[in-house]
Amino acid sequence: MSGQEIGLALSVFFACTVEAVEALTIVLAVGVTRSWRSALTGVAVATLVLAVVVAALGPALTQLPIDVLRVVVGGLLLVFGLQWLRKAVLRYAGLKALHDEDKTFAEESDAARAAARDGAGFDGYSFTIAFKGVLLEGLEVAFIVLTFGASQHNIGLAAVAAAVAIAVVVLAGVLVRAPLARVPENTMKFFVGVMLTSFGIFWGAEGAGASWPGGDAALLVIIPGVALAGLAMVRWLRRAPAHRAVGEPA
Amino acid sequence: MSWIVRAASAVWEFVVGDDPVTAFGVVVALGATALIAGAGAPAWWVMPLAALALLGLSLRRAAR
Repeated sequence: MSGQEIGLALSVFFACTVEAVEALTIVLAVGVTRSWRSALTGVAVATLVLAVVVAALGPALTQLPIDVLRVVVGGLLLVFGLQWLRKAVLRYAGLKALHDEDKTFAEESDAARAAARDGAGFDGYSFTIAFKGVLLEGLEVAFIVLTFGASQHNIGLAAVAAAVAIAVVVLAGVLVRAPLARVPENTMKFFVGVMLTSFGIFWGAEGAGASWPGGDAALLVIIPGVALAGLAMVRWLRRAPAHRAVGEPA
Repeated sequence: MSWIVRAASAVWEFVVGDDPVTAFGVVVALGATALIAGAGAPAWWVMPLAALALLGLSLRRAAR
């Protein structure tokens, strides 16, 4: 396996792990408090819908000219990566509240208990909530797999990395049967932001006609460079005079 | 609102989110890279510099 293939697999794995954790939190909330059978049916239907979407979009993406694909995908990844990185840096700097999976779980559980049950059999509420959560997060996983995989003509490897990530998160969910609050979510989001931004820079520039010194090895400089820049910006924000921790009066 | 407008709005929200300046900056940076590369000059440095500048500006706006 080449360095770029390892980078592809790791990027897809971590990005998809984040999405899977978010979907799992929602499914656990309605499954525990309402109906496991209905929640898991929602998961199954959402998975089928996702499979159709991936089957429809995958071939279309891979038929595009590689440079056009790289500039479009690179641009999108860079936009997404900068958004992820911005939020993670703001959280590290104390300017944005850390996402709390326990709070999300409690909110979803309360909403589930408050909703009226449709009947003793099939629970439409559990089905709908699980379906929406899995479909939304699953579409993001599909987007990550198709964009990363198609750009390197290796959708298979990206799909395997995504499947492993989902399997790991589901297994963890089954084992702990509770929200995955112990997963350092912001650390993972920072890392994913760094990877998305780095690949966005690399593919976007290549697609626009630039040649990287060292070719693919340039990624070995870009990735740590982006990470160090992100950490430097955390320090900069923490020291900024206008800095206020979340919850302090403005 | 027609479904086309709703779909376009959803795509805009998904891609651009709450920071249109960064998305616009990425498009400008890609265009600049293409122009410089097309002229035969090294253009690999444009995207890293643009990404760091856009991140810094976005954080500065968010921190205010």
